[in-house]
Amino acid sequence: MSTYFEDLELGRVTELGSFAFTAKNIKEFAAKYDPQPFHMDEEAAKSSIFGALCASGWQTASVYTGLNIRARQKREAEARARGEEIARWGPSPGFKDLKWPKPVFAGDTVTYRQTIAELTNFKNRPERGLLVTRGEGFNQHGQLVYEVSVSILVPRRVPLGAS
Amino acid sequence: MATDARAKRHYEDIVVGAPYEYGAYPVTKEEIFAFAHAYDPQPHHIDEEAAKLSLVKGLCASGWHSCAMFMRLFYDGMLADAASMGGPAIDQVKWLKPVRPGHVLKARSTCVEKRVMRSRPGVGICKMQHEMFNQDDELLMTMENAFFIAVRNPSAAARETGGAA
Repeated sequence: MSTYFEDLELGRVTELGSFAFTAKNIKEFAAKYDPQPFHMDEEAAKSSIFGALCASGWQTASVYTGLNIRARQKREAEARARGEEIARWGPSPGFKDLKWPKPVFAGDTVTYRQTIAELTNFKNRPERGLLVTRGEGFNQHGQLVYEVSVSILVPRRVPLGAS
Repeated sequence: MATDARAKRHYEDIVVGAPYEYGAYPVTKEEIFAFAHAYDPQPHHIDEEAAKLSLVKGLCASGWHSCAMFMRLFYDGMLADAASMGGPAIDQVKWLKPVRPGHVLKARSTCVEKRVMRSRPGVGICKMQHEMFNQDDELLMTMENAFFIAVRNPSAAARETGGAA
């Protein structure tokens, strides 16, 4: 299901699940990739603009990607089990409009979802279409803490213009 | 303590149009695997044999890993001694070429515009264009974003900016 470009439905929403951000996993990610004081140390975070230890935005983003890829792989495994052919997605040229509207604090649980936001055909690339997915993450208070629009090329079952 | 804090790079020290170059970050296969297993377990990031047969023709880092490694470069190169207040958004990232094991990453960042927040005169916003290269100067990734940085002398900076919103 939904493995080829023709199968994608604009506006369809996929719930991706939740992730619990803890002081431990926040500091572990930050120590490797983003060791700013408000991601590394409770005391330093208190006197920062955020007021408490909070996750690197790249952790919030990476967790979304992990949940998204695992959800896609689950759909692919189910399709494979039904004997369907699996389209090879990719590559992804990038993303736009990524926002971290509120900090993700230690103790927060973020629930992510994905919406099919744009589907674009290319005349000069008839074998693939461009899918833009809108990702969102909400904390346990229902507040938006993450959003992003990621592009990926998806193969067409039938090349554009072919009959 | 106050003197130390003021010695850090502040809003006033960021020069519009002046490229700032920094690095290096060596990319290892082990780190590509570790990041991908946690956050992006696609075959071309976790399996060398499968990667050879994939569209990218060989093992490469997750694009999100590339962003995370860029963040570390940016931290070490610019933020560690700056009065940064974080960034609320990334306008755009382009993954132009795969980041491979053995690459040594470096980056170039240019502030293209800066202003002081009218509502918060102690906070400056710098709009940045970033480029990430490997050791052969191949451009691998570009990023556009804005980040917040403390203003050393809020009243003087606000006058200079003309009180932009």
